[in-house]
Amino acid sequence: MPDQLLFAMEVTLNGLMAGVLYALVALGFVLIFKASGIFNYAQGVMALFAAATLVGIMEGQVPFSHLINAIFGGEVTHFGWHVPALAAIVLTVLVMVLLAWLVQKLVMQHLVNQEPIILFMATIGLAYFLEGVSDLMWGSEIKTLNVGLPQGLNETIDQITYDAFGYGFFIDNLDIVATVIAGLLVVALMLFSQYTKQGRALRAVADDHQAALSVGISLNFIWVLVWSLAGFVALVAGIMWGAKSGVQFSLSLIALKALPVLMLGGFTSIPGAIVGGLIIGVGEKLFEFLLGPALGGATENWFAYVLALLFLVFRPQGLFGEKIIERV
Amino acid sequence: MKLKLTTLALGALMAAGPAMADLVFPSLSYRTGPYAANGIPFADGYADYFTLLNERDGGIGGVKAKVIECETGYNTEKGVECYESTKGEGSLLYQPLSTGITYQLIPKVTADGIPMHSMGYGRTSAKNGSVFNYIFNYPANYWDGASVAIKYLLSENGDSLEGKKIALVYHNSAYGKEPIRTLEELAKKHGYELILLPVDHPGQEQKSQWLQVRRDRPDYVIMWGWGVMNSVAIQEAVNIRFPMDHFIGIWWSGSENDVIPAGEGADGYKALTFHNVGSDYPLFGDLKTYVLDAGKAAGAGDQVGTALYNRGLYAAMLAAEAAKTAQELSGTKDITPAQMRDGMEALEITEAKMAELGLPNFGPEFKVSCENHGGDGLGAIVQWDAKAKQWNMITDYISPDEDVLQPLIAEDSEAYAKENNITPGCN
Repeated sequence: MPDQLLFAMEVTLNGLMAGVLYALVALGFVLIFKASGIFNYAQGVMALFAAATLVGIMEGQVPFSHLINAIFGGEVTHFGWHVPALAAIVLTVLVMVLLAWLVQKLVMQHLVNQEPIILFMATIGLAYFLEGVSDLMWGSEIKTLNVGLPQGLNETIDQITYDAFGYGFFIDNLDIVATVIAGLLVVALMLFSQYTKQGRALRAVADDHQAALSVGISLNFIWVLVWSLAGFVALVAGIMWGAKSGVQFSLSLIALKALPVLMLGGFTSIPGAIVGGLIIGVGEKLFEFLLGPALGGATENWFAYVLALLFLVFRPQGLFGEKIIERV
Repeated sequence: MKLKLTTLALGALMAAGPAMADLVFPSLSYRTGPYAANGIPFADGYADYFTLLNERDGGIGGVKAKVIECETGYNTEKGVECYESTKGEGSLLYQPLSTGITYQLIPKVTADGIPMHSMGYGRTSAKNGSVFNYIFNYPANYWDGASVAIKYLLSENGDSLEGKKIALVYHNSAYGKEPIRTLEELAKKHGYELILLPVDHPGQEQKSQWLQVRRDRPDYVIMWGWGVMNSVAIQEAVNIRFPMDHFIGIWWSGSENDVIPAGEGADGYKALTFHNVGSDYPLFGDLKTYVLDAGKAAGAGDQVGTALYNRGLYAAMLAAEAAKTAQELSGTKDITPAQMRDGMEALEITEAKMAELGLPNFGPEFKVSCENHGGDGLGAIVQWDAKAKQWNMITDYISPDEDVLQPLIAEDSEAYAKENNITPGCN
């Protein structure tokens, strides 16, 4: 088999894996948009906040220690204990639920029935506020996130492909784990929305707020639930991306990677987020491989948006989005 | 009534008498945003050194130094706003810690007559002081860095890089593109093949670039990165099992922030530097006594001795020494920006002076002149010891290849002079 074809196959596989990581971020956006029509600008920052909280809890860091020391003096930074990863994840989920409740209670509840653009603006404010709180709470230094996920070359795939083609493919173990987790997450979310009372209520609210209210579904509860779910998804995305780069401010910028995925997959479809992620991941990686060198490289960021725009021209609601028909 | 009038008259007399203003050193810092983790230690080191001088020596030549911090978020527009809002405060010297901001401020500071020091960043050809009167980039610039890296690789390969492949993984920005021309010229001279691998901001996803490294198998990778790009690149290099001791970062890719996230895998990674590492110097004892223990540190005090804290401290030390030189030259303690510029142009750093300051063997010796605002461009290699979590300097200072660099600097600075109707010259 020609070398270029082998390389293209390797790039395609890695593109699929990268796409899963993009989809993980996009999922959080979809959940909130589907249930409340809000484009949550703060989703990327929620991933940063969740990952920073996880590391802080694991390392026994005292939250707001800089602030406490500045006000009361002293040099308190750590409690002196280490929390196991699993327990820390559970505690972080609880923090994200608390955050969801606060967002609903202090912000969203007061903006019910406002224009979508107002709600969008509120999430911009929330993003910057959360960014500051995250820095203040856990510090802005780069933190190492180690929850025991494997990283680096997958030996088995390397060996199998080497035996078959004479060239071992590189697949990152972390990407494989991310793919499995993303798959489980999607299945769990689908089962939740299909087979639980809360899930059905969530779907009812997504279909029609007024009708859901009229049959006794609490909008407040559903919004807290959906922000909590988005917080959980943000934590998963934060763990995956944080394991690659360390937990640092740039984690909040992963939202930029989710936008073309949403444009392509549709803002209201969970499978759309996954398929969109895969198409963007493979598309940008293959384009970079085939045409990047001729165009000076670094094409991935802009090509993802070009690809999404192309889909948008022919299918404005995205691949799996709901077609909006407004009658006049 | 008489007493009141006398008091008022005395007060007026005192106010009218000669009063020493502070020596103002604005710090265009970034404690927020994607590059905060790097901006904080630098800003802390910069501020703490001036605090030390104030607390221990009563300032510089008896005049207190005042650091005005302005948050840029590493954003060029905000950096320019910071400059505009602080230049009227009697500011003596700007250090923007951003190549983008530096480029925007070059015409502004030149017009306003305020010197700017872009230490190890910014526009490389500013080394030609006869064109860039108010811009200084000593002790080393990007082209020096590129040349020092290649000279180091030559020394590792029996003085020949013939047939070798060297990849440059760079931030796809003005900063990241700075070394390309130099590396291309050096490739012609030494016969290596240069592979260019740009990474878009912020650099969180670099799979394509590192798959290409894995396919092309370069002998060495040089990195021009900043922020998250560095840590991701090092992690990806670990993932594809690229030998860490064949991976060299520029000095902005050589902080603890860049290597710690990759853990043990980053062991052996190398980076350039133009100053020494660690905190085993007498000055750090004074810093502890007068600044940290006195609760006067700019930050939490947990960054002392890190690569970027040391760089901020070094930048402040060079600024203070230039101010001292300016005071001596002008015969006045209360110097103006123009006198500060003259002080910078007459700056000479010797080992004896560094030892006297409590920083023996901390940085290279160099001398600034009108023709040479960039010093001697000496750089050294540091290597990361992941177990000890510390950088070790593994070479002496290496001088760059001036035969290649000087014509490039002359060409670029002359082009700038032509574009801006500047008549090059030294008074």
